[in-house]
Amino acid sequence: MNIDLHGPGLWYATRATGLVTLLLLTVSVLLGLLTAGRFARASWPRFLSQGLHRNVSLLVLAFLALHVTTTVADTYTSIPLTAAFIPFAAAYKAAWLSLGAVALDLLLALVATSLIRNRLGHRAWRRVHWLAFACWPVAVAHGVGIGTDRSTAWVLALSLGCVLAVLAATAWRLVAAARLGRVQ
Amino acid sequence: MSVTLRINPIACTGHGMCAELLPEVIELDRWGYPVVVSPAIPRPLLDHARRAVQACPRLALLVEDRAGKHR
Amino acid sequence: MPVPAITAGTARRVPRLLAGLGHPPGLAGHEHAYGPLRAPSRRPGRLIDVVEVSGLTGRGGAGYPAGRKMRAVAAAPGRKTVVANGAEGEPASGKDRLLLTRLPHLVLDGIALAAQAVGADEAYLCVHGTDGALLGQLDRAVAEREAAGLDPVPVQVTGIPDRYVSSEQSSIVQYLNGGPGKPTFSPPRPHERGVHGQPTLVHNVETLAHLALIARRGGHWFRGAGLPSAPGTMLVTVSGAVRRPGVYEIEMGTTAGEVITLAGGPAVRLQALLTGGYFGTWLPAETAWPAPLTHAGLRAVGGSLGAGIVVAWPAGACPLAETARVVRYMAEESAGQCGPCRFGLPALADALAALAFSGGREGAIDGIAELLPLVERRGACRHPDGVAQLVRSLFTAFPADAHWHQWQGACGGVRRPPLLPLPGDEERDWDWG
Repeated sequence: MNIDLHGPGLWYATRATGLVTLLLLTVSVLLGLLTAGRFARASWPRFLSQGLHRNVSLLVLAFLALHVTTTVADTYTSIPLTAAFIPFAAAYKAAWLSLGAVALDLLLALVATSLIRNRLGHRAWRRVHWLAFACWPVAVAHGVGIGTDRSTAWVLALSLGCVLAVLAATAWRLVAAARLGRVQ
Repeated sequence: MSVTLRINPIACTGHGMCAELLPEVIELDRWGYPVVVSPAIPRPLLDHARRAVQACPRLALLVEDRAGKHR
Repeated sequence: MPVPAITAGTARRVPRLLAGLGHPPGLAGHEHAYGPLRAPSRRPGRLIDVVEVSGLTGRGGAGYPAGRKMRAVAAAPGRKTVVANGAEGEPASGKDRLLLTRLPHLVLDGIALAAQAVGADEAYLCVHGTDGALLGQLDRAVAEREAAGLDPVPVQVTGIPDRYVSSEQSSIVQYLNGGPGKPTFSPPRPHERGVHGQPTLVHNVETLAHLALIARRGGHWFRGAGLPSAPGTMLVTVSGAVRRPGVYEIEMGTTAGEVITLAGGPAVRLQALLTGGYFGTWLPAETAWPAPLTHAGLRAVGGSLGAGIVVAWPAGACPLAETARVVRYMAEESAGQCGPCRFGLPALADALAALAFSGGREGAIDGIAELLPLVERRGACRHPDGVAQLVRSLFTAFPADAHWHQWQGACGGVRRPPLLPLPGDEERDWDWG
C-alpha cells in the first residue's frame, strides 16, 4: 500500500482525528461533570456516567494517538514526534501546536493517575484531576487556533456547541453541588 | 478465604454508586448513605464487589480478608 | 465538680490513689505519701510483667487490659510515644480532673514508667486547651520534676480542643499529628501507628496513676483489693440526688448501692441510676442498687460502667426530657465526618425532644427505634454508638414513662430545671484545632 505522505490525504486525517478527539474529550468532560454532580435517572444510573466517562477517556487517547501519528507522518509539515509532548518543539504554528502538546500532557497525567487511583489515594488523585478543567479549554484553543478549519462554518459551529455544552454542564454541576450542600 | 465489605465512613459522602453496583449487599439509608446488609461477600458476587470498590468516587469502599488486607 | 471526699468504706484497702490527698501538694508531699519511685534498674519488660499480673484494666471507659496494650506497643519496632489522656470529655465525670489538679505527680510517675516500659522517647499529657489554670499547674509540676531530674522522657503538656469527641484516642493522635481533633478511621490503631506514625500507647490518667502505685508495691498488692475478675480500685464520680456528690475511690466490685451510701445516701427517693455517663445507660434503681461496679457486673444487668460515672436520678424528674437534652448536645458534638452520625443524631434528638416535650403521637417510639440501627456502628468512632446505647437503655428502663409521653403528652417532670450538667455554648471551645 502506498500512502501518499505528501498532499491532502494525511492532512484531512489529521483534521478529522483532531475533531473527533475534541468531540470525545468534550463528551468525557460532560460525563465527568454528570458523575461528580451525582446525576441519576431511572434509566441512567450513576455508574453509567462514571463507566462511560472512563471508557470515552480511553477512546480519546486512541484517537489522539491517531491524530499525533498522522500529524507526524505528514511530510508537508515537518513536525517531529517530540512536538506532541514538548511545547515549541516545532516551528509550524508553534504557539497553537504547543497548546496541543500541553493538552496531551495534561491528559496523560489525568489518565495515568486515574489508572493508579487505588494506590494514589483519593486526595492526591482529586488534586490532579482538577487539571481536567485546564486540559479541555487548552484542547479547544488548540483546535480553533491551529486555524486550518477556522473558515469552515460547521467546524466552528461544532466547536461552539462543545463549549456551550460544557458551560451548561458546569453550571448544572455548581447548582447540584449547592443543593447537595444544603440538603446534605 | 472469606472476604468482607467495609466502608470508611469518613471518606464516604453518600454518592450511592456502591448500592447500584452491589444491590444484593448494599442498601442506602434515608440520607443516602450505604448500609452493608451482610458484610460477608458470597463468592459469586466477588467480582461485582471489586467493581464497586473501584467505582466508589471517594475510594471509601473496602474489600478485605480476615487479616484486614485488601482483596 | 464538688470537693471530693475520701471514702471511709473498707478502710484497710482504700484509699490507695487518694491517700495522697491529705498531704501537701508538690513533689515532696507526693513522695511522702506514696514513697519514692525506685530507679528503674530492672529491665523495662519487667514492669509490663508486673502490670499483667496485676490485671489492671484501662480506666478511661473501655476497660482494656493495660498490660496487653503496653506489651503490644513495646513489641513494635522503631520509636514509640506515650500519650496520657486527661481530657475528660464526659461532663458528669470529675476523677481525671481531681487527679490532675491534686495528685499530678502520680500521673506523671505513671507516664514516666510507661515510657520506660515501652521504650518511648516522646510523652504527652493531654488536657482541654481551654483550661489555662490546669495547664499552668501541670507545667509547674513537670518543671519541678525536671529540676529533680526525674523524667528521662520530657512530658509535653498539651491542650487539646474542648469537644466531646476530641478526647477519643484517635482524635488526640490526629491532633498531635497536626490535624484537627477529630476521630480517624482505623485501622491503623494508635498502638500500631499513632503520633508521628509511631506506635503510641494511649492511657487514661487514672490508669497511669494506678501504674505508679503498682510499680511501687507490685502486681499482687494491686490484686489485694477488688475482685479476682476485676482487681484493684477505681475512682467513681457520684453526682445527682446524693447528699455528698464527689469523686470516691472504691474497690472494684463495690455495688452501686454501697457507692451511693458512701456518697451520703440518696437525698430523695431515687427512681434510677445513670451509669457510665452520657455514653452510658439508664438503670432502674432496684436493678442498679445491688449491681457490682465492674464492666461485667453492670453489663449483666444491661448497664455500662464507662469511666466510673454514677448519677443518682430522683423520682419526679423526667428522664426522657433529660435524655433529649443530652442527645441534642451529643448531636452538636458530632465531628460531622460520617453521614449516619451527622444526620442520624440530629434526627434522634428531634424525635426524642418531640416525644419528651410534645409527646402524644402514635408511632413516636417506633420512629425512634427505627433510627437506632441507622446510627449504630456506622461511624468511624463510637460516638453514635454511645448515644444509641443511652437511648436504648432509656426505653428499657422507663417503658411506662415512654408510653405515657407518647399517648398522654409531656409529664410534669419536664418543667423541672435540668439536672444533668452540659457545657453551655460559652464554655465550649468550638474550634477543632
